[in-house]
Amino acid sequence: MFLVTLFLISIYKIGGESMTTLIETDNLSITFGGHTAVDSVSISVPEKHFKSIIGPNGAGKTTFFNLLSGQLNPTNGKIYFRGKDITKLSSTKRTREGIGRSFQITNVFPNLTVLENVRLAVQSNAGVRYQMLFHYKKYREFEEKALEWLRLVLLDDKVDSFAINLAHGEKRKLEMAMLLALETEVLLLDEPTAGMSLEDVPAILEVIKRIKEQGNRTIILIEHKMDMILDLSDSVMVLFNGRLLADGTPEEIMKNETVQSAYLGGVSV
Amino acid sequence: MAERGEGMKWIVNNRMNAIYLIIAAFLLLLPFVYESRNMLILLTQIFVFAILAMSYDLLLGFTGIVSFGHAMFFGIGAYSIGIFMKRFEPTMLHFIYAVLATILITAIVSFIVGLLTLRLKSHFYAMLTMALAGLFLVLAEKWRTLTFGNDGFTFRVPEIFIDRTNFYIICLVTMIAVFMILKRFTNSPLGRVLQAIRENEQRTESLGYQVLHYKIAASVVSGVLAGIAGIFYAMSLRYVNTSVFTMDITLDALLMTIIGGVGTLVGAIIGAGLIEFAHDGLTELAKEHWIFERWIIFFGIIYILVVIFFPLGIVGTLRKFTWKRRKLESAKKKENLAG
Ligand SMILES: Nc1ncnc2c1ncn2[C@@H]1O[C@H](COP(=O)(O)OP(=O)(O)OP(=O)(O)O)[C@@H](O)[C@H]1O
Ligand SMILES: [Mg+2]
Repeated sequence: MFLVTLFLISIYKIGGESMTTLIETDNLSITFGGHTAVDSVSISVPEKHFKSIIGPNGAGKTTFFNLLSGQLNPTNGKIYFRGKDITKLSSTKRTREGIGRSFQITNVFPNLTVLENVRLAVQSNAGVRYQMLFHYKKYREFEEKALEWLRLVLLDDKVDSFAINLAHGEKRKLEMAMLLALETEVLLLDEPTAGMSLEDVPAILEVIKRIKEQGNRTIILIEHKMDMILDLSDSVMVLFNGRLLADGTPEEIMKNETVQSAYLGGVSV
Repeated sequence: MAERGEGMKWIVNNRMNAIYLIIAAFLLLLPFVYESRNMLILLTQIFVFAILAMSYDLLLGFTGIVSFGHAMFFGIGAYSIGIFMKRFEPTMLHFIYAVLATILITAIVSFIVGLLTLRLKSHFYAMLTMALAGLFLVLAEKWRTLTFGNDGFTFRVPEIFIDRTNFYIICLVTMIAVFMILKRFTNSPLGRVLQAIRENEQRTESLGYQVLHYKIAASVVSGVLAGIAGIFYAMSLRYVNTSVFTMDITLDALLMTIIGGVGTLVGAIIGAGLIEFAHDGLTELAKEHWIFERWIIFFGIIYILVVIFFPLGIVGTLRKFTWKRRKLESAKKKENLAG
């Protein structure tokens, strides 16, 4: 009897994990004046999954994120989030639904302070969007929360600096803090450590690891650093010329010959 | 560390508030100690244009919206009061009706303008607002039964506004009220989002804010306040004609805001003061030499010089300067501690 129960539970668990698809794309494509940057990509990401996207420069990784987060509208195909068609939703609505992203090219509020950059994200997350009668300082907890996020990414020594005056690596940290402050269920991370100095990378890596370990987020990460990808990912997808070249566990991808030749020899696929 | 930063800010803020209070008290007492009719009229004019410039600053400096049609709201206010005072008895009740009409019409128009045009790219928006203001100008010219066309008309004002000192005080108090309302508005959670939109519209969206709603809010508040400025402007002249809808009004607001420093509110007041004083001075000088009649040339030159040498305007430059000095001081303190 005990064994049967255990068996049932394990089936339920396995079934449960593979069944709850959170994000799904169906033949997603976008064409810029004849050039197809993302070409019929169909993927499905389960809840609480960690997926990485790799591919050479110009493969369409960032463009794929822009489609997921609503910065761009696809020429073709559909995007589903929790089974709901969100293809037509604006980026504002998608954030509120629970899809947050960070940007590869740092995208912050240059002439606002570091604290204010993050505070704005906290304020949005708290749903205080149209309050116009009180001073914003009345919501002290927003600033405190923002400070916490800044501490997490090791940027709390720069709270009063204007974002425009930050060093590149610091801007990447700010970008990360703003995303985290939204507390979205999905985190789309576009090369969070790109262009950072070597001593800064471990901090960000540590943050990503910690979020993964908390185990309540679904993360899609674009990265070039293979060791980082192998370390973190449940699955890896490979984009090449806008096409989905392969999608599988890190081991499968490492063994995949097409992937290897595409990376090494530039086979036309 | 954070505590000390807070304390510092508190002191700085309070010092600013104290300065504002002193200036306000000074201006309030001025008509009772210094009896110059001309000075009183000039200052009244400054207060009125300061309201207009602050309302423009909300768009330009805080939200990053460039409008070339701000005169349309100013004009609506000016004609509302004029028409009410002319058609009906110049009583306080009709004054209130005129204010309500102005608020209603400017709110509707600015809402529609916001809705229709804020979806456009900024230069299209600027062009469209200019065209819309032009439309109001034509309307005021052609709807003769209501507006008496180009020549305009004179009207009487309620008892209380007749006395120049009274009117001066009322305009000053209104200006201070508008300043305080806008200070609070721009420092509210909603107002903070306006500044985010100015800095990076797309990122504001991706933080989950519906940018269009905020632009409309800014547009409506700004439009209504510009209408209020128009009311007092027409009342100060007891006369209104189509010039209230012209580009000159918008350019004045633009100039005042930029010279004083965008995104500061108090800069708009200072800018209004400078421009109106310069206006006055040049009119005096024009009696000596005709060149000074072409005051727009001088303003053009001032404008170019400001943009080149003080792109942040007067207040912005001052702020940057004190900010740097404070930073230097704290750096020195640290050095001293280390040494
Ligand atoms: N808005 C756009 N308009 C026109 N072309 C675009 C646009 N966005 C992306 N592209 C093109 O689409 C292709 C894919 O670009 P994308 O930025 O997605 O590549 P990527 O995989 O992120 O590369 P990288 O590793 O360098 O970040 C490139 O050829 C790029 O020039
Ligand atoms: Mg990219």
